[in-house]
Amino acid sequence: MSRRARLLILGPALAGLGALFAWAIAGLPAFGDYRGPYGFVLNRVVVPLRHTTNVVMGTTFDVRGVDTMGEEFILFAAVLGVALLLRDETRSREVERRTGRLPNDAVRLLGVVMIGGCLLVGLWLMAFGYITPGGGFQGGVVFAGAILLLYVVGSHRDYHPFRDENVLDLLESIGAGGYLVVGLAALVSGSAFLTNLFGLGTTGTLVSSGSIALLNWASAIAVSCATLLLFAEFLETYVFPLDAEDAAS
Amino acid sequence: MSYLPYAVAAWICLWGIAGIATSRNLIHLAVCLTVTQSSSYVFLLSVGYVSHGKAPIFIGTKLGSTAVDPVVQALALTDVVVSVAVIALILALALDAHRLSGTVDPDELVDVSG
Repeated sequence: MSRRARLLILGPALAGLGALFAWAIAGLPAFGDYRGPYGFVLNRVVVPLRHTTNVVMGTTFDVRGVDTMGEEFILFAAVLGVALLLRDETRSREVERRTGRLPNDAVRLLGVVMIGGCLLVGLWLMAFGYITPGGGFQGGVVFAGAILLLYVVGSHRDYHPFRDENVLDLLESIGAGGYLVVGLAALVSGSAFLTNLFGLGTTGTLVSSGSIALLNWASAIAVSCATLLLFAEFLETYVFPLDAEDAAS
Repeated sequence: MSYLPYAVAAWICLWGIAGIATSRNLIHLAVCLTVTQSSSYVFLLSVGYVSHGKAPIFIGTKLGSTAVDPVVQALALTDVVVSVAVIALILALALDAHRLSGTVDPDELVDVSG
């Protein structure tokens, strides 16, 4: 289809979709006029029943824990797909590592300070996910971001230990599999899949919420490693372009 | 005014689709897809808002005080994860397309075969 024809179709299509949106919005309750029962119910029952003060995490890892498992495996499958498309065993072993450093010391110092801050925030988000705002998913991304900063302000050599595919593949599988194991443990004990069967502890402390804490850590490991693997695959392609062998010949 | 957040979500979605359809670069296309998907975050969080509600995190607030819907917030989390997964795959495919055909313009890719 030519570009012109596509634009001609796009105009009416967008106008039609916009009209449908307007129709749909007109039928919605006004902003702030929330009617559904689920939010009210969860906000009442999750804290006393699950001993977690962060109801969003209580919902994610307990009330709809099976969905979150699916979500984790979506990420797992995506990383697998990227690795299949981009990973090249021969290249990653043999090419000499780029070792250039940032010339500006002030930028590097700022970067190092930021790495410390990012790591701390990432770990805090993970560890206190079921008490204060945060959680394994968010913390995992911030943590991986801190490691990426190491690549930006340091050199490829500093970053190298954090892109070891053998270690990351293993940890990623442990994180994703750990979630499954917590679910299966409930099955083995005779309850339904992912039933919260560990001691609930004291609300508002790190020892609280039972299985939610374990699932939170499992997803924290899985998400950190998935994000680091994505960085590793793309950076590898960037530092050693895919057509390097063609250019050499 | 009370429908503004929904209208914003629809607006972002429409512009994202327009960007995808007119894109001349696969990476630009991936960014447009992210913009389109962002409209769903705006929409989800607007739908769950309760007037004068606080975040559904009951530390330092009394249990039973008005809070927004935690279900849609959990859904938004899933949404973000799916968005990351999809964009990673699209960018990997864009790299592959560039390697095989030397272009990231979707209009030129049409002529490539094999």
